[in-house]
Amino acid sequence: MATPLPIKRGLSFAYVARNLIARKLTTILTASGMALVVFVFATVLMMAEGLRHTLGGTGSYNNVVIIRQGSQTEVQSSLTREQANLIESLPGLASADRGQARITREVLVLVNLPRRDGGGLANVVVRGTTPTGMLMRPQAKIVAGRAFRPGSSEIIVGSAMTRGKIGLAIGDRVGFGLRDWTIVGVFDAGGNGFDSELWGDSEQMMQAFRRNAYSSVVVGLRDAGSYDAFARAVAAQPLLKVDIKRELAFYADQSEKLANFIAVLGQTITIIFSIGAIIGAMITMYASVANRTREIGTLRALGFRRGNIVSAFIQEAALLGFVAGVAGLVAAAFMQFVEISTTNVQTFSEVVFRLILTPAIAVQVLLFSVFMGVLGGVLPALRASRLEIVDALRSI
Amino acid sequence: MLAAYIVRLARKNMWRHRLRTGLTMAGIAVAIVSFGLLRTVVDSWYAGAELGSSARLITRNEASLSFSLPVTYAARIRRVPGVRGVTWVNWFGGIYVDDKHFFPQYAVDAGSYFDLYPEFVVPPAQLSAFQHDRRGVIVGRKLVRKYGWKIGDQVPLKGTIYPGTWSFTIRGIYGGADAKVDEGQFILHWDYVNEALKRALPSLADRAGVFVVDIDHPAQAAAISAAIDSGFANSLAETRTETQKAFQLGFIAMVDTILLAIQTVAYVVVLIMMAVMANTMAMSARERMREYATLKALGFRDSFVSLLIIGESLSLSLAGGALGIALTFPLADAFFKATRDLFLVFEVRPLTIVLQLVSALLIGLCAALAPAWSSARVRIVDGLRAVT
Repeated sequence: MATPLPIKRGLSFAYVARNLIARKLTTILTASGMALVVFVFATVLMMAEGLRHTLGGTGSYNNVVIIRQGSQTEVQSSLTREQANLIESLPGLASADRGQARITREVLVLVNLPRRDGGGLANVVVRGTTPTGMLMRPQAKIVAGRAFRPGSSEIIVGSAMTRGKIGLAIGDRVGFGLRDWTIVGVFDAGGNGFDSELWGDSEQMMQAFRRNAYSSVVVGLRDAGSYDAFARAVAAQPLLKVDIKRELAFYADQSEKLANFIAVLGQTITIIFSIGAIIGAMITMYASVANRTREIGTLRALGFRRGNIVSAFIQEAALLGFVAGVAGLVAAAFMQFVEISTTNVQTFSEVVFRLILTPAIAVQVLLFSVFMGVLGGVLPALRASRLEIVDALRSI
Repeated sequence: MLAAYIVRLARKNMWRHRLRTGLTMAGIAVAIVSFGLLRTVVDSWYAGAELGSSARLITRNEASLSFSLPVTYAARIRRVPGVRGVTWVNWFGGIYVDDKHFFPQYAVDAGSYFDLYPEFVVPPAQLSAFQHDRRGVIVGRKLVRKYGWKIGDQVPLKGTIYPGTWSFTIRGIYGGADAKVDEGQFILHWDYVNEALKRALPSLADRAGVFVVDIDHPAQAAAISAAIDSGFANSLAETRTETQKAFQLGFIAMVDTILLAIQTVAYVVVLIMMAVMANTMAMSARERMREYATLKALGFRDSFVSLLIIGESLSLSLAGGALGIALTFPLADAFFKATRDLFLVFEVRPLTIVLQLVSALLIGLCAALAPAWSSARVRIVDGLRAVT
């Protein structure tokens, strides 16, 4: 026989899989190293996603936040009563009961509250709002106690503030602005940014902090299409030097810097780590090739081509990466129970968010893991294919 | 005697699979380097704050930093016994060009600020030029280098806290008294901002963000802080006074979750390498099962075989570790140069090197455990029959 018979189908996948099972300890060790890298990578992506989800999901599409021109955050902004009245008279706003425009004049301040773990002070957002303001955020529902009474020193707290580092409870008294405020209720806004806030009566907050200007004015649009008309009306008023944004976009923009920072930091670390994991995969695959030199020679003698051998080893490496990816992802899925409380560098205020695993992250992480495996397997696979049949069969 | 013998044998064994040994060592070196760098990042973050003087106090509004204090408090603070000088600062928070060109801007009391910060060295002629020009600014050397500014240049900033577009003239350039002083600040006149506010937003005028208090003896810091705060108790704006160091550490505490995450990750990388290294050792031991059985048949004890494996594992991990430690220093330097804006100091601490060594040792020991145990336990007959 001059030439080996061409085999079109290549080596079966079962052969590839069984090779990994045959060397259990090595497979497990390599896969667990890679799984740890996958775990770190997934966690970082989940963190950035969780932060975006929390702040990006704050507010409603049809609400518009109005702040002083250039002030960027509600805390730095101030709007006078006259400006607020002027905004109320503009066209395009939805009407609340009694035919008035749907509008809430809000005061936002940062208040230091001690952290329960003794780690200093947290800057917590205290929002002075109105009954209309509560109606305009239907996602915030009272889950314990009751709403604050307008005109009183009562406050309600977001559900994230009752857990973790701050740990407030109904009945607690919080001192700020030379007053004691009693917590009468807990609200839950479905895990978005409002959950990290304390809400009370707007006018009471203004008195307590001796201010005569609002921080922001939030209005409800009549319908989704009236934003442009409203924006034009605002721009036409020379007395209104303000920036306006849809509420959803306003809060989403406030998460960008921190989310990007987490993502960049995480990706840098992951790239460095993956070098270690790729080396691990390479060691394993080289050993796999070395141990099976005679086997490879036999396969070649049977008629399998060099390409078949390369493909089998790369499949083996990819499978190794896939197994590691799944293991790392399963471990990372448990991180969804973790809640993180940190300072948003952009607004200087405490924000609590939960890690979120999305299908997109899962796919991205699995692809990354398979890629790590393949990268580790390429060189060993090429070495395997370059073996001469005679030498390979003779080797011990 | 025995130890030297084992080391020699281990070295010979390491050399049998040059590629594998090289790869494993490279992997360990990468892990040890990243472990060292991550720890240094966290250390440096804290180190920047610890440079804060404990002979200076910072007085701010009790409610939070976003509230200011009446500037008239300065006179009352100065009367507190033990206080040598007082100045005040506002965070200006303007935007130069766009968001990405961030540098800290402080509106200061031009007459007193530089007396309290002797580490900011300004030539006397430039300082007086600054003091005589309300729109003048003094900027740090680092900013001058970064943006190519020179004395006399106009710098426009878009206000965020203080509305409008502001224009400033560079009147002086300061340098740090030593390498650890932040040379990236932009210092402008509080008076200039205040005058504009009186016209545009009277409610924000005559306010100071924080007071900086110079005291005679650092040992009295706690007593003087308490004296200042009690002077303003039950007023409309109560104060919180702490040393500059404590004030800066408070900022770091805000991002401690992120620092904790970096630290955790630093230890995870050691775990990853442990798995990779354990794999290398397991493979080597399995391939040599027949040799070990032969050694035992010749009369060597079980413990000798175990020691051989542990010796090889340790030599490999320590060699990789040493390479990693050696690489840490040039890489830390390169990292510092690339991120000059982020850190004031970036030094690899002795403790980090010790921890790097300990990690390398641990990686080597843990990796050897399973193969050493199973090789010592294997019966001679089974070992000789073993198929690799």
